[in-house]
Formats: sequence, structure tokens, C-alpha cells
Amino acid sequence: MIEVRNLSKHYGATKAVDDVSFDVPKGEVVGFLGPNGAGKTTTMRILTCYLPADGGTAKVAGYDTFEHPVEVRRRIGYLPESAPLYLDMGVIEYLGFIAGMREVPKSERPRRIRHMVEACGLGSMVQKDIGQLSKGFRQRVGLAATLLHDPDVLVLDEPTTGLDPNQIIEIRQLIRQIGEEKTVILSTHILPEVEATCSRVLIINDGKIVASGSPESLTRRAAGGGAARISVKAIPAVVEPKLRAMAGVERVSPLQPLRDGTSRYEITAHAAPGGGFGGGGGGASGGGGGGGGASDGLEESLFRLAVENGWILTELSAETLSLEEVFTRLTTGEKSA
Amino acid sequence: MNTTTWTLAIKEFRSYFQSTIAYIFITLFLVLTQWLFFQGFFVIGQATMRDFFALIPIVFLLFVPAATMRLWAEEKKLGTVELLLTLPVTDWQAVLGKFLAAWAFLAVTVLLTLPLTLTVVSLGNPDNGALVGGYLGSLLLGGAYIAIGLWASSLTQNQIVAFIVTVVLCFVLYIIGDPIVLSSIPKALAPFFAGLSLSAHFESIGRGVVDSRDILYYLSVIAFFLFLNVRSIESRKWS
Repeated sequence: MIEVRNLSKHYGATKAVDDVSFDVPKGEVVGFLGPNGAGKTTTMRILTCYLPADGGTAKVAGYDTFEHPVEVRRRIGYLPESAPLYLDMGVIEYLGFIAGMREVPKSERPRRIRHMVEACGLGSMVQKDIGQLSKGFRQRVGLAATLLHDPDVLVLDEPTTGLDPNQIIEIRQLIRQIGEEKTVILSTHILPEVEATCSRVLIINDGKIVASGSPESLTRRAAGGGAARISVKAIPAVVEPKLRAMAGVERVSPLQPLRDGTSRYEITAHAAPGGGFGGGGGGASGGGGGGGGASDGLEESLFRLAVENGWILTELSAETLSLEEVFTRLTTGEKSA
Repeated sequence: MNTTTWTLAIKEFRSYFQSTIAYIFITLFLVLTQWLFFQGFFVIGQATMRDFFALIPIVFLLFVPAATMRLWAEEKKLGTVELLLTLPVTDWQAVLGKFLAAWAFLAVTVLLTLPLTLTVVSLGNPDNGALVGGYLGSLLLGGAYIAIGLWASSLTQNQIVAFIVTVVLCFVLYIIGDPIVLSSIPKALAPFFAGLSLSAHFESIGRGVVDSRDILYYLSVIAFFLFLNVRSIESRKWS
């Protein structure tokens, strides 16, 4: 549905988008994740033909954004950042205007508008002017407007900013629901949002895609070969060298022991070769890792080590990196491997 | 021109009437022009609208910029310009839609002076050609002012800046045809200035002589500033 090839765009000397390529097939919800200024909005503006790219191509539903901007826009529903709206218009009037601009057939307009008002929970607000609505309802009006013409592709730039937690959950549910039938691209810098709504994540930093995959595969990938915590009843001088001597261990860092007479460590394993954990980098292809073998392996070997040495095990837990940590690692230049 | 241009024009036209500003605007315009007009009307004792139409270029100088300053500046300020320009419209259609809305609004305002005209007609026997010419000239002059104002509005997010730029530009384009200006510049330049000025053409139409050159002049001014407007809307694309 969306094909982006070697897209670049710069403002003066700054590269906002730098040689970005990705595909979004029909029916996928893709999250653009990145710190502020990473190039998310610019990419979306190119896709919606608001800005032209300096290099590369972007195609939406087979139409090139540069050559057929109007055709592309017909097929996209776009909600710009912070959902700008004509505040002096009434809710229904605004939806009617957008339906007109979108050339929704006149006979279908009342039905489409009623449908969107219901789907977006605007029923109690139809009498009001948009200017009177709270931020959450404005966001919904914006969302309703993007869906009016039943677009193939939805582009939502930070659809949940400025909403309260309940509204966020509602909007996410709505997006997930929409994503069952349509192709959705949304941008955010809120990580739980991605986990809650997206089937695939593109992490963007400095205009480049630094990682791509399902939220789970990304967390696994960034964790490298996995990490675990262990506490045993033994003195550090005995434990530490043995831990370091274990095959595949990358790093052993002592932690504050929880009880007297125990030693506590965090152990990070090397990325197991062939285990499907590419570690950092990564192309734009989806997929990512296979089953989570390496992390299990690390805990098993730690357990065996404890048994062999007769240490009493008081703690053994697998560390899973949250998407937050993945994000921080990938966007601050620190790579896990 | 297509349906989306109309949809946009209708929306912009209606948004004038959604705020009270339109009614204040129209009331002020009618009160001001008619008050100024009647100052001399009974003194002269002639059933003529000439003095009324003579007021138009100056009154428009304040009213038109007020009507156009919002059109792009507010969209830019609120960010709705991104919304509008990612709808399936070309930049030309968006500019044209806004222009037509403002022009229609001005036409409504001007046509509301018809009761005055009818009163004058009932009082005497004015030159009908001059009346038609006066209205036509007002609409064309207003259209030119609007095109200038719309363009100025696209240059800034600040409505006041748009207003002032429009007043200054319209004033300059109007004043360069004034006899005082024409007599103080080199003789060779005078016809050029007069031809370029908004006032000379307005006066010749107002006499009731509808010359295709005058109409063409106004249409060219409108087209030129709409073209600049499209370029300035497109300028977001130049990095």
C-alpha cells in the first residue's frame, strides 16, 4: 500500500529524512517511533504530499506522491500533529465540509457523517462548535474527518498527544479497530502506545530508520543474547570469576546484594550467532527474531553453574528490556552489541 | 475550477457570516459610505452617485484588508493550512476558492447599497451607464484589492501584518495614478504609472465607459496576485 524508496529531505543543512526506505502492506498498523525532530512528521508530510522529497520516491496505493499528489491525497486520511481544526465551525458542519472536499457523493454524506460521529463517540457533541470542545473531543473530530471518505491509508501524526489516560485508551482502541481493515501509519514518541496499537515499529533517529520489526522482536533484538540476574549464597571472589568464565557471557556487573552473605550479579550474554538476534542496525524488512532461545539458554546455564558449584540460589530472573530501553539504546547511539 | 473549489469558496463565504465580524463590517461600510455621501448630496442637489463611487477606493482601502487578512494568516497560525493543503485540492484551487469567497462577500456588501441607489434614482434621473459602471468598477477594484490582500495574508501568520501590508500596497498602487504623483515624476514615466495604477481605470469605468482594456487590466492584476499567492503557498516546498 505504501512504498518508500531512498527518501530524503533536508531543511537547509539539516537532514530531516535521510535515505529512508520501507514498505507498508495493506492492513498493517505501523508505528513511527523516534525522539522529537527525528523526521517522523517530515516523512508523513511527504507521504501526504504536503512537502516534496529532495530525493527518492514514495508511492501510496500505486500513485507517486510527486507526480499524482491529488490522487494520493484522495486515498489518504491525514491527521496532522495536534489535530488542527477550524474552530469556528460546528462539528457536523466541519464534517460536511470535509466530506465535500473529499467528494463523498452527496447522497452518502449524511450516512457517512452519522457513521463517523458514532464510531468516534461524538454523539453528544454534534450541536457544538469545535472551538468549544475539549482537546480529546477535538482529536476525535479530527479522526472522524480523516475517516469520512473511507480512505485506504490513514496517516496519524501523534494522535494521542494532549489527551488524558482514558481518552488515550479510547483513541488507541479506535485506531486498532480501524487497523483491522486499513493501512495505518502513526507516529509517536510514547512507547506503550506502540506496544498497544502497532503490529510493526519503525524506530527513526536523525532521519534514518535504525530498527524495524514487531515490538516484541525489537525488544528481543536489542537485548542481544539476553540478560539475567542471579543471587547466590557465596562470596563474590568465588562467584565472579566463574561467571566470567562462562561461555557466551559478555558482561558481568555486580549488584547490591539483597541479603547478607550473598552475591548478586547482572549477566549479559553475547548475541547468539544464528539465533536470529541481529543486534542493533537492521534493515527495513519486517520479521526480526525467531523464538526467544538465547535468553532461556543463559538462565539454564546459570542454574547449572550454581548446581555444579553447590551454591544456593536465592534469585534467578530473566531480564527483558522494555521498549523504552530499546528506544534509548537505539536513539542515543549506544548499541547493545 | 471544480467542485472542491466551490466547496471551499462556500465554506469561506459562510465563515464570514459565522462570526459577528461580517455584520459589523457590513454595517460600518454602509453607515460610513452613506454618511459621507449624504454630506454633499443635498448640497449639490443633483441625483448622481458619482460622489458615492468616488469614496469607494478609499473606503475599500480599509475594509478589504480587514476582510482578507484572516484568510491565510489564520490557517497558518492554527496549522489548518496543513489540513487544507493535504485535502485533494491543488494549490491553485485553494487560492481560487478563498479569492471567490472574499469577492462574493464584498459583492454582497456592495450590493447592499442598492437601496441607496434606488433612492437616488427615484429622486431624479441619474446616468444609468455611470451607475452600472460604478458598480462594475467597484467590484473589479475590490477584486484587485482582495487579490493583493489574499497574497499578503499568505506571507505571514500575523493578521495585523497582513492588514498593514495590504493597505500599503493597495494605497501605493492607487496613488501612483493620482495627478499629484503624475505631475511630480518625469514626464516619460507618467503614462506608465497611470496605466499601472488602480485609480485611473476605476475612474474610466465609473464614467460609464466600459472599456475592455480596463476590465482586462483588473483581471490581470487579480491573476498576477493570485499567481504570487500560489507561489507563496508553494514556498513551503522550497527548502
